[in-house]
Amino acid sequence: MGGGLLTALIFLPLLGALFILMQSEERAIWNSAFIFSLIPLALSFYLLIAFDPHRADYQFVEQYPWIPAFGISYHLGVDGISLFLVLLTTILISLSLLYSGGGDIEERAREFCFFILVLETGLLGTLLAVDLFLFYMFWEVMLIPMYFLIGIWGHGERIYAAIKFVLFTMVGSLLMLVAILYLVFAAREHFGRLSFDLPLLYEVPLTVTEARWLFAAFALAFAIKVPMWPVHTWLPDAHTNAPTAGSVILAGVMLKMGTYGFLRFAIPLFPDVAIEAIPLFMTLAVIGIIYGALVAMMQPDLKRLIAYSSVSHLGFVMLGIFALNPQGIEGAIYQMLNHGISTGGLFLLVGMLYMRRHTREISEFGGLWHRVPVYAAIFMLVMLSSIGLPGLNGFVGEFLIMLGGFLRLRLAVVIAVVGVILEALYMLWTYERVMFGPIVNAINEKLADLTTREIAVMVPVIALMFFMGLYPRPLISRMEPSVNLMLARVHIAQARLDQKSDRRRLATADRHVPMTDHVSQIAAAAR
Amino acid sequence: MGIVTAEFPALALILLFPALGVVFNLFAGPRLGRGAVNLVGPGVMFAAFAVATWAFFTLSAMPAGSALSVHLWRWIEAGRLQTDFALRLDALSGVMVMIVTGVGALIHLYSVGYMAHDEDFARFFTYMNLFALSMLILVLANNLLLMFVGWEGVGLCSYLLIAFWYTNPQYAYNGRKAFVVNRIGDAGFLLGIFTIVATLGAHGIWTLDFATLRANAPLLGGAAATAAGVLLFIGATGKSAQIPLYVWLPDAMVGPTPVSALIHAATMVTAGVYMIARLSFLFVLAPNALDLVAAIGAFTALFAATIAIVQPDIKKVLAYSTISQLGYMFLGVGSGAFASGIFHVMTHAFFKGLLFLCAGSVIHALGGEQDMNKMGGLRSRLPITFWTMFIATLAIAAVPPFSGYFSKDLILEAAYTSGHSRLWILGIITAGLTSFYMFRLIFMTFFGESRVDADKVHHIHESPPTMTIPLIVLAILATVGGWVGLPDGLLWGNVFARFLAPVVGTFKPALEASPAYLSMVASIASSIGILLAYVFYLRLPGIPMILAWRLKDAYNLLLNKFYIDELYDLVVTRPLFWASQNILNRGVDTYAIDGAATGAALTVEASGEIARRAETGNVQHYAFIYLLGALGIVGYYLYLVGR
Repeated sequence: MGGGLLTALIFLPLLGALFILMQSEERAIWNSAFIFSLIPLALSFYLLIAFDPHRADYQFVEQYPWIPAFGISYHLGVDGISLFLVLLTTILISLSLLYSGGGDIEERAREFCFFILVLETGLLGTLLAVDLFLFYMFWEVMLIPMYFLIGIWGHGERIYAAIKFVLFTMVGSLLMLVAILYLVFAAREHFGRLSFDLPLLYEVPLTVTEARWLFAAFALAFAIKVPMWPVHTWLPDAHTNAPTAGSVILAGVMLKMGTYGFLRFAIPLFPDVAIEAIPLFMTLAVIGIIYGALVAMMQPDLKRLIAYSSVSHLGFVMLGIFALNPQGIEGAIYQMLNHGISTGGLFLLVGMLYMRRHTREISEFGGLWHRVPVYAAIFMLVMLSSIGLPGLNGFVGEFLIMLGGFLRLRLAVVIAVVGVILEALYMLWTYERVMFGPIVNAINEKLADLTTREIAVMVPVIALMFFMGLYPRPLISRMEPSVNLMLARVHIAQARLDQKSDRRRLATADRHVPMTDHVSQIAAAAR
Repeated sequence: MGIVTAEFPALALILLFPALGVVFNLFAGPRLGRGAVNLVGPGVMFAAFAVATWAFFTLSAMPAGSALSVHLWRWIEAGRLQTDFALRLDALSGVMVMIVTGVGALIHLYSVGYMAHDEDFARFFTYMNLFALSMLILVLANNLLLMFVGWEGVGLCSYLLIAFWYTNPQYAYNGRKAFVVNRIGDAGFLLGIFTIVATLGAHGIWTLDFATLRANAPLLGGAAATAAGVLLFIGATGKSAQIPLYVWLPDAMVGPTPVSALIHAATMVTAGVYMIARLSFLFVLAPNALDLVAAIGAFTALFAATIAIVQPDIKKVLAYSTISQLGYMFLGVGSGAFASGIFHVMTHAFFKGLLFLCAGSVIHALGGEQDMNKMGGLRSRLPITFWTMFIATLAIAAVPPFSGYFSKDLILEAAYTSGHSRLWILGIITAGLTSFYMFRLIFMTFFGESRVDADKVHHIHESPPTMTIPLIVLAILATVGGWVGLPDGLLWGNVFARFLAPVVGTFKPALEASPAYLSMVASIASSIGILLAYVFYLRLPGIPMILAWRLKDAYNLLLNKFYIDELYDLVVTRPLFWASQNILNRGVDTYAIDGAATGAALTVEASGEIARRAETGNVQHYAFIYLLGALGIVGYYLYLVGR
């Protein structure tokens, strides 16, 4: 058993949230919230150190019966797929709090910090739950604090954006709930008892039709969260109107719950259907990559632009996931982290600009480099990470994704690679309009460069960009066993499908060759 | 004779020095001031040059085909794919490293004088050192993926340095143009890598280091090798400014002139030639791809040379000249004469680097003037600049015994004897044009009456020693640099090709022997060019104007660079932006997709309103009902379960 480490990780932020409710002095609120966020951060680093890199299964497992009548258990665990997403969450939450305390949030600091910490509990719980009921509960818990963060501390049409966000997500997640329940009942048919436990549900036999419907329900819920084209339109509104910390967490962590959902649930639960769906998802992913980039290019608002760029980047992640090979999936997980870091970083930087100028319109700026060289240099670095410059983190992810995709479906990558050109085009064009040229807007003459606190927020981001770009090995090697374990399920399904089609082929050819060797070989190779 | 790969950890120092320079200039430069930056910026380059020399001579002392290597750390590893951060110095990378650090150090030194009045000196040297670092990663990489790190890194530095004077929006635009056009090429490069990995991976080979690739090249087979070769060459057309992706290089001239010399003439733009030579074992398996390389090279050489003959801007002439000379290099490697291509890379680095530095010296003396119509008669005022530039011109015009003669001759001979006789004719015409436009440049700049603006006359001065010393050193190299590649049978013969042979192979002509008149034809073409320039620009200076007037359309076509930029703008850029804005952003995203989603919500809302007239029907209520429904479903199922 895991000794309660994961429980502590999930619920200490909640405890911190409650503690903060008792505070009244604003400085104390910010300080205690930040310090409270450091505890899960430290725990997650301990997790990283104590994590056994050679094991593929769940580690630090905690499993207690919770509602035994319904087969619901309190089952937590972490593996190579979720480990670094946990770290990303704790890091970004701490940075968001550090940043927000610097003047970005001017009112109701206590409630703000409360919601951020509750959100952290929801996010970590979603990543660490191994029981589907528990997962679904945390999945919904994530929504509520984010709804309030956008609705209360947002800008512009914040109420509209918050509701749109909740509605889109709910549409998908309700269908997923139905699918979960269906699966649980199917488990009763097979095992004679109800169970929400994921490893057990993997083994539930389903008819092809059942599997297709259930996959569709899960996939829709996750696709909306990612968001994949064409269910992405909640994202620009939510991002644009959210407060900076909200955008950082939304883009940095919450979108990954969708891609994580594919890796943890949709694909390993229904591998046969996932294999069938490869062309569909690769197509949607590639459309998202190109479409997101082109629409991002035309946005006049910096945050909207970054939001659409997320559609493009998450398209890459989906492309990698549905490559269904180690390169693609490890690249996808890596790219989830990269996107969290670089897009999180970009949102922080835009927030810093917004705090000074109260606008995000690109046309309001120009020539800023001369006034704010430190800001401009950091922006440049984060931008380069975002467009996948080799040597920085983004390249490792993009390269592996495209390589994996190429090994699966060449045409998809031939098109996706255009996205690599476009991302350079729109980001550099944006940078040019904001930083280069003469200062046309006189207000910008008085712009102040970054404060020490702001630099402190950005330093970890930059350090991670370089580290992950130059030395990805410690991360990827910890992902690999778990990814292979997951892929083994896919390979077995693939062998099953091959066998089926072989049989059909053989039936027409009227030849009888034993197929069992072939299948067992593939299954062995998968292990 | 054993072929050895010796561990040589000091190779890492060649990268470490410029890296330290970047860190120093970035963080301490602005605080410690000009003196420190002027010392450290070029200093790290000379240090790198010293280490490179040491490594180079260590290698030379080893048996032919040996290499020095250092494994730094394992880099990207996923599934069975393995790539390392590891360096390798063999004959080919040895030559390149010597060029990059040697010419690089000289140009860094020159920059001290050139940037003496610019207050952004620290940023300048940060970028320059970063460029050197990237370029050295490119040439020292022991695998294709690490090479790509340098490949994009130099592109980044090119972007940063073109847009160095960023307050000018045009400069900023030109920088971005360079980066994006290069990215188009890089996309091809990436697909080339994927093709190689996918093909070799099917045979169980999952690394990208050159030694393994070379050993397993036959596994690539014809089709995959051709595909990979063409895709990688697309990358080369971007980086090395060949048709159709050459358009960024002329615009890159807005950067400081030392940048034009180092990045856009001597080193970075030759990366494509280096890459093809590095992968020569792959390209020889793909004769079709090689033919394409040769053809694009020859056409680019001619095309750019025709544009160069009418340009009034001294740096623009040199820019098109660079594109043209790069075309020669591709003609060389495309004909299978990889060593000759690299030989021209080297001599070109000397004479073209020198030409740009001399142009910079002229521009510096004239307070920023670049229009040759406002120069003339500068010979006596700028003696060192004049003589060094004159030597460089003799070299590029392939006058024996200057360096360009030997390298260009080898390329043209290879083009002919490999069976590309039509491309050889293009090369010969280009040789004539080259002499013409270069002597036009010399005559317009240094001879005749002074046409310098009155307010700039008093300002004319020869450059300081930090600038003239590099000129003199490069002038010596531009003179003698070709002597390592003498025709076979003459004195020591072609030492250069013999040195490179273990890496890039030996050129095998398809035709038996080359006719003796070949070399003569090139020399005649070159002489005609010089003669015409002499007549047009010294003896009868009215002729060019009359010609320009009589052949107005042709002249305008050349002056406007065949309107290729305008064509790309019309066919690619504008439609792309128009469609993104009007079709995708407004049409699909706002109207169709978001409209459908909102429409669905409104329909539900409306029906809700009909069903419950008491409700206000606003979205909050809708959300609330939705939640209630969700709870209802959960409750119902739990009820079922409990039964």
